[in-house]
Amino acid sequence: MGFYLVQFLTGLSDASALFLVACGLSLIFGVLRIVNLAHGSFYMLGAYIAFSLIAYLPQGAFFFWTGILLAALIVGLVGVILEVFLLRRLYSAPELFILFATFGVVLMVQDLSRWLFGAEDILGQMAPGLEGSIDIMGTLLPQYDIALIVIAPLILVGLWLLLNRTRWGILVRAATEDREMSSALGVNQTWLFTTVFFLGSCLAGLGGAVQLPKGGANLLMDLNMIAAAFVIVVVGGMGSIPGAYLASVIIGQLNSFGVLIFPQSTLFLMFLAMAVVLTIRPHGLFGEIEAEEHAAAQTAGTVLKPASKKVRLLGLILLILIFVLPVFVGQFTLVLMTEIALFALVSMSLYFLMTGGMVTFGHAAFFGGGAYSAALLVHHLQTPMELAIFFAPLAVGLLALIIGWFCVRLSGVYFAILTLAFAQICWSVVFQWAEFTGGDDGLLTIWPSKWASEKIVFYYLTMVLCIGGILLLRFFIFTPFGYTMRACRDSALRVDSIGINLRRHQWLAFAIAGVFAGLAGGVYVFSKGSVFPDEMAIPRSFDFLFMVLLGGVETLFGPVAGSAAYTWLHDKIARFDFWQLAIGCIFIFLVVAFPRGIAGSVHNRFGKFFED
Amino acid sequence: MADILEVHHLYKAFGGVKAVVDVSFNLKDGQLLAMIGPNGAGKSTCFNLINGQLRPDHGDIFIMGKNVNGSKPRDVWNLGVGRTFQITSTFASMSVLENVQMAQLSYYKRTKSLLQKVGRLYVDESMALLKLLGIEDQAERACGVLAYGDLKRVELAVALANKPKLLLMDEPTAGMGPSEAQNLMELTKDIVHTQNIGVLFTEHDMAVVFNHADRIIVLNRGELAAEGTPDEVQANEKVKEIYLGHGEPAGIGKKELIPADSKEA
Repeated sequence: MGFYLVQFLTGLSDASALFLVACGLSLIFGVLRIVNLAHGSFYMLGAYIAFSLIAYLPQGAFFFWTGILLAALIVGLVGVILEVFLLRRLYSAPELFILFATFGVVLMVQDLSRWLFGAEDILGQMAPGLEGSIDIMGTLLPQYDIALIVIAPLILVGLWLLLNRTRWGILVRAATEDREMSSALGVNQTWLFTTVFFLGSCLAGLGGAVQLPKGGANLLMDLNMIAAAFVIVVVGGMGSIPGAYLASVIIGQLNSFGVLIFPQSTLFLMFLAMAVVLTIRPHGLFGEIEAEEHAAAQTAGTVLKPASKKVRLLGLILLILIFVLPVFVGQFTLVLMTEIALFALVSMSLYFLMTGGMVTFGHAAFFGGGAYSAALLVHHLQTPMELAIFFAPLAVGLLALIIGWFCVRLSGVYFAILTLAFAQICWSVVFQWAEFTGGDDGLLTIWPSKWASEKIVFYYLTMVLCIGGILLLRFFIFTPFGYTMRACRDSALRVDSIGINLRRHQWLAFAIAGVFAGLAGGVYVFSKGSVFPDEMAIPRSFDFLFMVLLGGVETLFGPVAGSAAYTWLHDKIARFDFWQLAIGCIFIFLVVAFPRGIAGSVHNRFGKFFED
Repeated sequence: MADILEVHHLYKAFGGVKAVVDVSFNLKDGQLLAMIGPNGAGKSTCFNLINGQLRPDHGDIFIMGKNVNGSKPRDVWNLGVGRTFQITSTFASMSVLENVQMAQLSYYKRTKSLLQKVGRLYVDESMALLKLLGIEDQAERACGVLAYGDLKRVELAVALANKPKLLLMDEPTAGMGPSEAQNLMELTKDIVHTQNIGVLFTEHDMAVVFNHADRIIVLNRGELAAEGTPDEVQANEKVKEIYLGHGEPAGIGKKELIPADSKEA
């Protein structure tokens, strides 16, 4: 009995940090309408800064808690710097670009933290006066857990008072409800946004700082936490603080008791819980239905046109170049080109989904799924390469049908986060089911058949499959189905009222995109000879999204250009020690400098020239 | 003339608010039926019930003899019903022509086709519709950059693409200038009479209503207050009371008075 009670209390104390981070995220999303991916990084910074401050300050309970509060304030100030110098320039840009700027910050904070605090995991200091444990019917519970259990409801009440009893709180709630109206009524948006961002960042920093005695600090905290915080925010309902608390408690308990039932699969359980909640209540436990139809504004006014004669000519020249390239370059370039082609196919399949208004954060599940399908066939059944490449897309198509069945019920941010959740489930299965998938060690020695083992042959094989796939997807965009996809993105209301079943079409598109991404994954594994869970992880999904955005969403050539640029850049930079810092800076620079992507900017500059 | 739309004893409440209370009426083909009433009278609710966006609590709706209770908007469209919205809803990233083509693709059940480019599919039919509505010169422009009045016409073209027997138009002239509004309704009337379509429309502009409707129903607080020809409705004491505000809560301004000149116009 005591054991279960302690388990329950541990769950509650785990919920504390989760809640602090999630309610900050929720607050920022509610007012600024941006999904701040760097929120997890603020949590990590909170832990590191608190550790350094406590180590620097004198001993004692007073200085311990001072250190924690100071850490939260410092993280809040970092948030203000981010908001004032970066985000403020981007508020008029499409949502996805802001998302990417924040992802750039994630990468930068990663490397900066490694540089400042070292790569080793840090054990947090104990809270003075709370070092001991208390005995609950024979089971011990650390005293600090009690402190954590108390902190979350205190913050909840504090926030409630702040939001309901102060003028500032009223402005925040008004802006959450209707941003345009509150601005029309003369509310100073700039000031409101900055203060909300400050408070949200403080809360994330506080979350990281208070869990320090329990969990310490390490470099994986940021992405782990952002995934968990997403889950909590969408389960609780976007913008709802009590919802965030309830969801934190649920997830905390799930983690705490889940360990007893399925050890090491808590991640899976957490995301499964979210998938169930979102399927039953698409807007979360306390969430309200959001106004739709703002996605359309982003693309308004650009009609997709089939390639003009000049563009076709350019494409032909490119094809010839690709064909004769092996004569002029070494093996190394061929390998790079193979990778570019595969990523271009994945990006194109993602782009195809995006024409239907489905921005997925989990495309790596399809790519990695294809890679693992092929690798598992080879590893367990000694399947020849040709068959493995044939079956990989089919397997992923099936996976996409299953995932899609849940996801197409939602739209916008909720859709994106549910796809992220499913991708994370796939990743955790691959990561944890070591006896079948090799776990963290991956699957090795997956080599092509003899006839294709020469790099140059494999290059041509890849090119044929990828260019074929890209052209086919491009063709689909101009078929009646492709038109229907764009219609679904532009106006769900209108699509419904001209007799089209939106969900069914989106579901089909999901499966098609899965098949092509799976094909790319299947070929990829043979080009590398191995596959690791990283191919399914969150950063991989963002790689693909970034390739599409880098290329520009308004042009069909965008995904290809973006993949080429990104893969090449990545290859050049990944040799440096702090390459994530560099990539992060480049992300941010590109988003600020080319809000329409590379191909979009070329289109702007030279679009007239390419018209018939 | 046959009944295209029959509405029997329709009820719909939102929580404690009775939006539509025991409303019955019918509409024959070739007829323009205007639904009027002050703000909050239940017009839009009625529309959304007929269109399938909302489910009635009680009552029945028959479209061409078929009970459509609980049908989804897309099922209603498939019965041959075209709909335009108070706030236009078009595909902003597609051209005017593509918007109409899209409706044709749905009408001919080709939306899942992946084997053939759209290209010139149904271009002739779509251009004919655009010509009918006088926006053929806008065909290549994206809907996202179109003027509001033209968007209303695009919506009408889309609504006509499935060769409807019934048109549901929610404030078809909202946001238009007076002469543009009269022109559009004149055009609608022509189309309706030549193609023998029944039209149900709501409208705040009384000049438009009294000039173009064949019959009028008046809603007030969810209830059917009056029904008849424009002349009958104009002479109806109850309607005057609703619009002039005798014994009603304040707040219905003079703007919504039946214009004195509408009869002569």
